[in-house]
Amino acid sequence: MSSPETPAAALMPSIGERESARRVRRSSIKTTLIFWSFVAPLMLGLILFFFVPIIWSIVLSFSEARAVILPTGFAGLRNYRDLLQDQQFTSSLLTFTIFAFFIVPTTFLCALGLALLVNSAKFAQGFFRSVFFLPTACSYVLASIVWKMSIFNGTRYGLANAILHLFNLDPVQWISSPNPPWYWLVLVTVRLWLQLGMYMIIFIAGLQEIPRELYEAALVDGAKRGWQTFWYITVPQLRNTSIAILLLNIIAAYQAFDEFWNIMSGGNQSLLRTPLMYLYNVALGSQDYGLGSAGAMILTIIIIFFTLLQGRLLGFGRSN
Amino acid sequence: MSTSVVRPAPRVTLKKALLTTLHYGVLIVLALLFLLPFYLIVRNGLATEQEITSPNWTFFPSALHFENIGELFSDSEVPFSDGMVNSALIAFLQTVGQILISLLAGYGLARVPYRYANQVFYTILLTLMIPSAVIYVPTYVVVSYLGWLSTLQGLVVPGIFSGFTTFLFRQFFLSFPRELEEAGRVDGLGYWGTFWRIVVPNSYGIIAALSVITFIQSWNAFLWPFVVGQDRTAWTVQVVLSNFLNAQVLNLHELFIGAAVAILPLMVLFFLLQRYIVEGYKQSGLKG
Repeated sequence: MSSPETPAAALMPSIGERESARRVRRSSIKTTLIFWSFVAPLMLGLILFFFVPIIWSIVLSFSEARAVILPTGFAGLRNYRDLLQDQQFTSSLLTFTIFAFFIVPTTFLCALGLALLVNSAKFAQGFFRSVFFLPTACSYVLASIVWKMSIFNGTRYGLANAILHLFNLDPVQWISSPNPPWYWLVLVTVRLWLQLGMYMIIFIAGLQEIPRELYEAALVDGAKRGWQTFWYITVPQLRNTSIAILLLNIIAAYQAFDEFWNIMSGGNQSLLRTPLMYLYNVALGSQDYGLGSAGAMILTIIIIFFTLLQGRLLGFGRSN
Repeated sequence: MSTSVVRPAPRVTLKKALLTTLHYGVLIVLALLFLLPFYLIVRNGLATEQEITSPNWTFFPSALHFENIGELFSDSEVPFSDGMVNSALIAFLQTVGQILISLLAGYGLARVPYRYANQVFYTILLTLMIPSAVIYVPTYVVVSYLGWLSTLQGLVVPGIFSGFTTFLFRQFFLSFPRELEEAGRVDGLGYWGTFWRIVVPNSYGIIAALSVITFIQSWNAFLWPFVVGQDRTAWTVQVVLSNFLNAQVLNLHELFIGAAVAILPLMVLFFLLQRYIVEGYKQSGLKG
C-alpha cells in the first residue's frame, strides 16, 4: 500500500509497482492539469493585474508617455532624473519616511498597552475589546469627515476648539496652519483610532497563547509579579506577534493616501503630500504616465528594500 | 504585636483596590474616547445645520431631526443611493470572487503534488511584497487600456486576486486533517470531489472569517474606486462622501447623516459576526 505521506500515490492507489513509466508520466500530466485547474484563475489574474502592470510600468518609466498609456518615444533616465530633482517628490518621500518611523512605534506601543489593559481586565473584558475594535469597521473617508469637520475643525464649532474655549484659549487652525504643524496631530490620531483595535486583537491573541505555567514557574522562582514577569516572560513570548505587527504596520504606513487626501484637500495639500498623492497628481492629474510610472517604480524599490531589511534584521519572524 | 499582623493585610487590599480603580478608570476614559467619533457622526447627522455650526457647542442636540435622512436621499446633487448600491454590489462580488479564487489556489498549492508547486508558490509570495496601492498607477494604466474605467469590472476584477488570502488558505489547508481527505479518496472522489464535498464543508470557519474581512475592506476602500470610478454613476459610497466632503458648498448635517448611513451595514455585520472578524484578524496578523 502507498504511504499516506505521498499524495501522488494516493491519487492513483490502484497503480501497481510494475506499471510502466508511461503510466507514471500520464499521472504527472494529470497532476499538472489538476494543479492548474485549482491555481490557474489566481495566476492568470496576478499576471494580468500584477506582473503585466509592473512590466508595463518599467517600460513607461523609460519612455515619453504624456496623455497616452503607450510609449511615444524613448526617454532614457529622464523621468527618474526629473522626479528626483522635483522637490515636491523628494520632500514627500522624506516626510513619509519620517511618518513611518514615527507612526510604527507609536501604534505598536499603544496597541500593546491597550492589549495589556484589556487582557488583564477581569470584568467586562469583552465589552472593552469590542469598543476598541469597533473603529476597524470605519473607513478612512468616514473618519476624515469626523476629524476634519467635527473634532479638529478650525472654526469655533470644532470640538477641540470648543474645549479650548472653555479654558479661554483662542481657536486653533488645526489643519491649515503650516506652523506649528498641528495637522500631524490630526493625521496621527485618526490613524491610531482606526488601526489600534486591529493590532490590539493580534496582541491579545499573542498574550493568550503564552502558557500560564511560565508565570507560575517564575513566581515560584521568586520573580515579582509586574515588571519582572512582563519583561522576562511576556516580552520575549510576544516576539513573533511583535514582528508580524511591525511588518503589517510598516506596509500600512507606506500606503498612506485616503485620510491624507481627504483631510488635506482644499488647498492644504501643499502642506503635506504623501508619495501616492504626488503620483496621483502626476499620473491622473497631469496625465504624465511616464513620470507616474517612474515614481511608482521608485516607491516599489523603497518598499522592497525596507521589507527585506526588516526581514533580515528581525530574522524573518521565525522562532526556530 | 497582634495589630502589626493585622495591619498589612488591609493595606495590600487598599493598594489593590486603588490599582483596580485606576485600571478601570483608564479603560473607561479610553472607551469613551474611542466611542466619541461614532457619537459625533450621529449627533451631527441628526442635528440642524445651525446647531452644528453654532459657536456654542453643545453635547446633545436640542432635537433629533430624522428628516435629514430623507433629505439626503432626495438630494439630487449627491448620488448617495447610487453610491450605496454600487458599494454593496462591488463589495459582494469582490468578496465572492476573492474568496473563491483564493480558496481554490490555496488548496491546489497545499495539496496537489505538482512538481513546480513551490516555484508557483514563491511567485505568489513575491506579490505580497508590493502592496497593490503602491502600484495603483501601473494597474490603472492596464485597466484603462482594457477600456474598463468607470465600469463594474474595472472596479471589481483587479481586487479579486489576492496573494495574501491565498497564502492564508494554503496555511490553513496544510494543517487540514489528511485522514478526512483520504476517506474521500477511498470513496472514489478525485481532487475536485474531495475539495467540494469534504474540504470546503469543513472550512466554513475560516471562509466566514476571511469573507467578512474582505467585505469590510472592499466596502471601505477608497483609493482604487476613486481612481477608476471616474463617472458619477460609478462612484462608491466612499467616493460620494469624499466628494461631498471636498465640495465647495458644505452641507454638514447631510454629510454626517450620509456617513452614518454608510457605516450602518458594517455596524450590523460587526454585531452579528464579530467572532469571525476577530478570528480573521488574528489569522491574518499571526500568519502574516
